[in-house]
Amino acid sequence: MSKLNEFSSISELSQALHDKKLSATELAQDTLAAIKSYPDNKLFLHIDEGLSLEQAKQADAMLANGSASALTGIPIAHKDLFVTKGWRTTAASKMLANYISPFNATVVEKLLQAGSVNMGKLSCDEFAMGSGNENSAFGAVKNPWDNERIPGGSSGGSAAAVAAGLLMGATGTDTGGSVRQPAAYCGVSGIKPTYGTISRYGIIAYASSLDQAGPLAHSAADLALLLDSMSGFDPQDSTSLEYCDADLNAQGRILKDFQAHQAQGDKPLKGLRIGVPAEFFNAGLADDVASAVDAAIKQFEALGATRVDISLPNTHLSIPAYYVIAPAEASSNLSRYDGVRYGHRASEYTDLFDMTSKSRAEGFGEEVRRRILVGTYVLSHGYYDAYYLQAQKVRRMIIEDFQRVLKDQCDVIMGPVTPNIARTIGVNDNDPIADWLSDIYTLGVSLAGLPGMSIPCGLGGPKHNLPIGLQIIGNYFNEGQILAIADTYQQHTNWHQRKPGQA
Amino acid sequence: MDWEIVIGLEVHTQLSTKSKIFSRSSTKFGAEPNTQANAVDMALPGSLPAMNRGAVERAISFGLAVNATVANRSVFARKNYFYPDLPKNYQISQFELPVVIGGQLSFLVGEEPCTINLTRAHLEEDAGKSLHEHFTGPHGESSSGIDLNRAGTPLLEIVSEPEIRSAEQAVAYARTLHSLVVWLGMCDGNMQEGSFRVDANVSVRPKGSTKLGNRCEIKNLNSFRFLERAIQYEAQRQIELIEDGGRVTQETRLYDADKDETRSMRSKEDSHDYRYFPDPDLPPLIISDDWIEQVRQSMPELPAAKRQRYSSDMGLSDYDAAQLTMHKDTAEYFEAVAKQLPADQAKLAANWILGDLSAHLNKDEIDISQAPVKPASLAGLIKRILDKTISNKIARDVFTAMWDGDGEADAIIEARGLKQINDTGAIEAMIDEVLAAHPDIVEQYRAGKQKAFNSLVGQVMKAAKGKANPQQVNAVLKEKLA
Repeated sequence: MSKLNEFSSISELSQALHDKKLSATELAQDTLAAIKSYPDNKLFLHIDEGLSLEQAKQADAMLANGSASALTGIPIAHKDLFVTKGWRTTAASKMLANYISPFNATVVEKLLQAGSVNMGKLSCDEFAMGSGNENSAFGAVKNPWDNERIPGGSSGGSAAAVAAGLLMGATGTDTGGSVRQPAAYCGVSGIKPTYGTISRYGIIAYASSLDQAGPLAHSAADLALLLDSMSGFDPQDSTSLEYCDADLNAQGRILKDFQAHQAQGDKPLKGLRIGVPAEFFNAGLADDVASAVDAAIKQFEALGATRVDISLPNTHLSIPAYYVIAPAEASSNLSRYDGVRYGHRASEYTDLFDMTSKSRAEGFGEEVRRRILVGTYVLSHGYYDAYYLQAQKVRRMIIEDFQRVLKDQCDVIMGPVTPNIARTIGVNDNDPIADWLSDIYTLGVSLAGLPGMSIPCGLGGPKHNLPIGLQIIGNYFNEGQILAIADTYQQHTNWHQRKPGQA
Repeated sequence: MDWEIVIGLEVHTQLSTKSKIFSRSSTKFGAEPNTQANAVDMALPGSLPAMNRGAVERAISFGLAVNATVANRSVFARKNYFYPDLPKNYQISQFELPVVIGGQLSFLVGEEPCTINLTRAHLEEDAGKSLHEHFTGPHGESSSGIDLNRAGTPLLEIVSEPEIRSAEQAVAYARTLHSLVVWLGMCDGNMQEGSFRVDANVSVRPKGSTKLGNRCEIKNLNSFRFLERAIQYEAQRQIELIEDGGRVTQETRLYDADKDETRSMRSKEDSHDYRYFPDPDLPPLIISDDWIEQVRQSMPELPAAKRQRYSSDMGLSDYDAAQLTMHKDTAEYFEAVAKQLPADQAKLAANWILGDLSAHLNKDEIDISQAPVKPASLAGLIKRILDKTISNKIARDVFTAMWDGDGEADAIIEARGLKQINDTGAIEAMIDEVLAAHPDIVEQYRAGKQKAFNSLVGQVMKAAKGKANPQQVNAVLKEKLA
């Protein structure tokens, strides 16, 4: 059992480190040992104790010379989609099985500068394509709450590692729900901030207009610390924002907002209007999820908030729109993997065309190939207007749905993250579309670029031991606000403190 | 059957920015392979493009120079195709919304003025280079090498309307465009290094027809001579093909300079579906009217404006004005000289620059910027002609001496005693002597032989060792023989 389990928050652990109750090095050693003895050996794709301990040493130096921050010495890990110097970056694909990046992703660099200690690279769905971490070329990851079930995806490894108590936080990426959904399935908290607030430089691109990094951790308060450190304008990413409305997109913005929205008293959330979309409570929603989410919203009402019924009429269109736009962008983003400069190159081929074809056929898994083919198709001459262009128009409609309600009907939107609790591993093997359909509540938020988060709000399933997540969606740049609202909820409930096996 | 040749030119100009269009790698030519290619150029996982402002400014200046519309909003698009010298296997270009729309280019074809409309100009990145010789793979198989130094160099692709009707016109258009981009400082124009590459779209149709025939694109012509020859060959090839009952297939062709012919590019890439879509990694390029105005203010006076000034204000012929404005250095040299002379003597400055100075530059194979005789020195020489210190003929010798480093005009004139004899009395005396010494030539002149006059002038100049003022000699001699 890792030492981490003695601490209920990053702040508490940080205090202990500052008070010299333990050193970053001891903590790192202990964490590495816990990871080593963790039964699911598919969780981490690359561990290098030397590199981790070196970072721990740096952290101890920072703690000694007074330059430490709230994240110094805190054990984290990166989804294997963030390029790292030293550790391999595989995107959970055979295509990049032996790839080592000469540079760190901006997010990795920022967390490193803050003194956090990287424990290694976490498994995920290959090239971020999937909702169950079954699409990793290196083996499916197990949900710590039930080893027969998926942890969710694509950031399944990140969610599982935090849920298993192996880390205080992990980085993930969310393109259509890939941070929120595994957070929900694994009973941890996760957030995808407003598109453009975190640099995408160094994140292996899946769908450029949708990808956004986000942290996973045990609580909204922990998320706030991680998110603040990860965020900021990066000139190397042309889609990175310099300003969030009037505020500079820089460290401090989110923590400031988080603190400003902290509420005390009997009815701390008085005045908060929570929009609940009718379309999120459709026929596909399982009863146990519906009740848990309902109960959570009632809890918010008990804290003073008002529930408002709203409509997001184009919710059902988010699935076709997303599954046209994301594969289209992915098909182009993944063209660079041709075996010429890096990555897998076939060992036998007759000419250039053959080399490229074979390398890609051998390097990419089925879901990746499926999405590249779909993406190529929808961008083709004769189909572009009917598919890609049309999907972008639908995207505009979905954005307008959200803006209409957030303008004057409600301040935040709440609903389920997923229609069900985590399913069994392997169940959708012959039906790839079934997984696509379960993204219905998360896709719209990604298409609109809005901040969205997931926090544990109940347990369901046949034995009432499988986590259920509540989704909280805010308006642009309001990540600090929704984190504060979630934090208030977490001060009055303890779903986020439940651990696997203790349910 | 009378045929009409229809030509449209697409010119790729490498922009003169220090770094690449979407990465900060150097664009300097000639470095060791793959030493100027960073993570972005190599398309490493996680790399992203970031726009180079200087490339945009050069595009704006081009748009202004050809009177085009500079788009306030243009969009970068991905052009998708697989090739090893294109690391991302897509090229970032512009498709539906380019940065420059329309425009015209005016020039002379011989003496005939001509204006060709431009369709558009857009920004894009250059690919790397494939080298197919001198490489062997691990098993001894012949291989190709990829050098990514060039990958990511900024290009402005300039597209003309298919209004060009002859190889000659095409060359004149290309030369004028070349001149202009060098003039603006946006491209170094070095065709050997690939800074200025021309693709020619050629088709033929019966004269009078308005329907366009199938066109062939001849790619990567990097000399004006090749451009001319390639168009001529291709037009002929198409005409013969059609007259023989065949059809022209729309395809991409290359010009083989050794064989002086075009041939089809063996390719699977010919009928490519590029699957263009707006690049989600780059926001739309927003160019405010203020920015356009800022660039306009910082632009040099354009050749067309200078030509206008030289003709109307300085009295130069259109031809001379055109010659002087082929290169900015030449125009600036000319203006520097003319500034130091009386306003009505600009023509004299033009003559000297287009005549003796040019001849010396050609002989020594140097540019005007490297001329050993600077504008002030040439002006000094011309002043001595104007004040009659020396004759034009003597001045030419003095110029050569100045070119060879013998010093300024005054010093040379003094040292060699070249001062012209302007004194009427002295000239009269010399003429009297010559007339007395050559009665036979005088006889011939009186008999009507004009040549005899010149002969007498020659004798006078010989006696004066070339230093007599020739206008005076002529005038006085005429008087005396009258």
